[in-house]
Amino acid sequence: MIRLTWRQFRTPAAVAAAAVLVLAVFAALTGPDLAHAYAATLAACRRAGDCPTATAAFARTDSALSNALGTLVTFAPALIGAFWGAPLIAREMEAGTFSLVWMQSVSRARWLLVKLSVLGLASALCAGLLSLILTWWARPLDDASAAIYATFGQRDIVPIGYALFAFLLGVTAGMVVRHTVAAMAVTLFVFVTVRVCTTYGLRPRIVAPEHRVFALDPASTGFGSEVSPSILLNSWFNGRPTSQLDPATPSLPNAWIYSSRVVDANGHDLTDAVLNATCPGVASRGGQPTVPGHVPVSDSAAQAARACVTKIGATYHQLLTYQPASRYWTLQWAELGTYVGATALLAAVCLWWIRRRA
Amino acid sequence: MTIDTVLDAENLGKRYGRRWALSDCTLRIPAGRIVGLVGPNGAGKTTLLRLAVGLLAPSTGVVRVLGDRPAASPVQLGRVGFVAQETPTYPNLSVADHLRLGAWLNPRWDSGLAQRRISLLGLDPRQRSGRLSGGQRAQLALTLAVAKRPDLLVLDEPVASLDPLARREFMHAIGEIVAQQGVSAVLSSHLVSDLERVCDFMIVLVASRVRLAGPVDDLRNAAGGRSLEDLVVDHMTADHAGTEAHR
Repeated sequence: MIRLTWRQFRTPAAVAAAAVLVLAVFAALTGPDLAHAYAATLAACRRAGDCPTATAAFARTDSALSNALGTLVTFAPALIGAFWGAPLIAREMEAGTFSLVWMQSVSRARWLLVKLSVLGLASALCAGLLSLILTWWARPLDDASAAIYATFGQRDIVPIGYALFAFLLGVTAGMVVRHTVAAMAVTLFVFVTVRVCTTYGLRPRIVAPEHRVFALDPASTGFGSEVSPSILLNSWFNGRPTSQLDPATPSLPNAWIYSSRVVDANGHDLTDAVLNATCPGVASRGGQPTVPGHVPVSDSAAQAARACVTKIGATYHQLLTYQPASRYWTLQWAELGTYVGATALLAAVCLWWIRRRA
Repeated sequence: MTIDTVLDAENLGKRYGRRWALSDCTLRIPAGRIVGLVGPNGAGKTTLLRLAVGLLAPSTGVVRVLGDRPAASPVQLGRVGFVAQETPTYPNLSVADHLRLGAWLNPRWDSGLAQRRISLLGLDPRQRSGRLSGGQRAQLALTLAVAKRPDLLVLDEPVASLDPLARREFMHAIGEIVAQQGVSAVLSSHLVSDLERVCDFMIVLVASRVRLAGPVDDLRNAAGGRSLEDLVVDHMTADHAGTEAHR
């Protein structure tokens, strides 16, 4: 059965191996240069005494490439689910070949177990290698940007869990839908949904976050907040800020900031109503943030805004909820465990289904 | 113990949602014969055979094949050779790959028999099965089913999609195999003429019910001067009228 599985899987396996090899060669060719460049940058900035700016600039140099490779690692599990998982049973049903292979002297439970084991192992290996290569290659960039949680799903061990889950999800979808193309679409949709829900809904709740309080700094507190898809999703799952007052986030290297809220001593959020009552006209005129580097506003408006923040700061302070860098590996293992558990559950469903048909 | 019944179905039924593909079917198929299962489209032939080989699970009743539950164990699977209606094979695998598949998955695999059949048919072992003609593909599927050395061969409308020549060759091959290997065989078709040439026992199935069953020679005698086909069609139409009236 293993020989048949290998015979039927060797072409897709070769394609995947070639893709991994291309990435490995690229990483081997460019990785050492990247590491040298980073070492040189660090040496230079230590002499000059301004490392935060230098490393931030360095992190930006190859960010497009790093993001592209990260996207590859993010989507590899989805591709594995759609192209390896979904057709596994669906194609047999579509072409009727299940009536050929299930009539050989091998129970269909064993047929499925061997297929799941071999292809599952290949999925884990493929995602693991891609992640390993990227994690190694991007080490200097990751050190420089000091935001390990931003690339959480593209580094280290969690991609293995995603790939296993996506594969079994594809198999299950193919089993239920019985049409390869439809099963692929279902797999992609469900996989992306599950990934988004675990990233923004589950991951922040696995370990209770830490809290830290900061006084409001009039010099770095603006109005309005930045909107990006990821921030939008995060506020969706984890609550949105209630006022337009937006203090700058204090520097906590490699920490994962859940939320930055403006609260009073009792933990009540600052509302726009209170903000407008305390400093009438400021928020509406503010519109634009007053943080240095953003769109400049008139001096008088900036002064009014600073006075307002000082007034608010008498009763309110900034409450930062975050996950410290030290919990990175706990969360990696927890998420890997969650996905592997879900994979085992799907495998049990598939085995139950294929036996019930007998 | 010798088994004189290869297939024994009692009150066998299969339901899809609210539709019964086969209901309350009771029949016995004797061993050591080439049995033709005839009936109009929708009589439940395919469902019955798929239940018999274990590709479907019954909704009601029981079916025993060679004295055991279908597909109950690898041994039981090895004792039954099956060729499905569309004679499916893996289009990307070559003829030789299919023979290897048979050898890998069946402990009783007769490699010599498989090779002989392939060369007799003039098939190129390197040819992908997706490139074979319908008749060649059917022969390949039959080779797989036969070379695992089953005690019972089940063929579900194996010639339905073949041209008259390929049809005749296929039926001829079945006759030879049964004679040489001493296996029992069950073939279904909705055409009496397909089965008449090779079968020595015939069962007419209409709307899940056995309407006529017996050795072909006896049936011929009963038909008198008319053809076997006329006799079978008489039974089918009589029953059609009956079921219509019943409904």
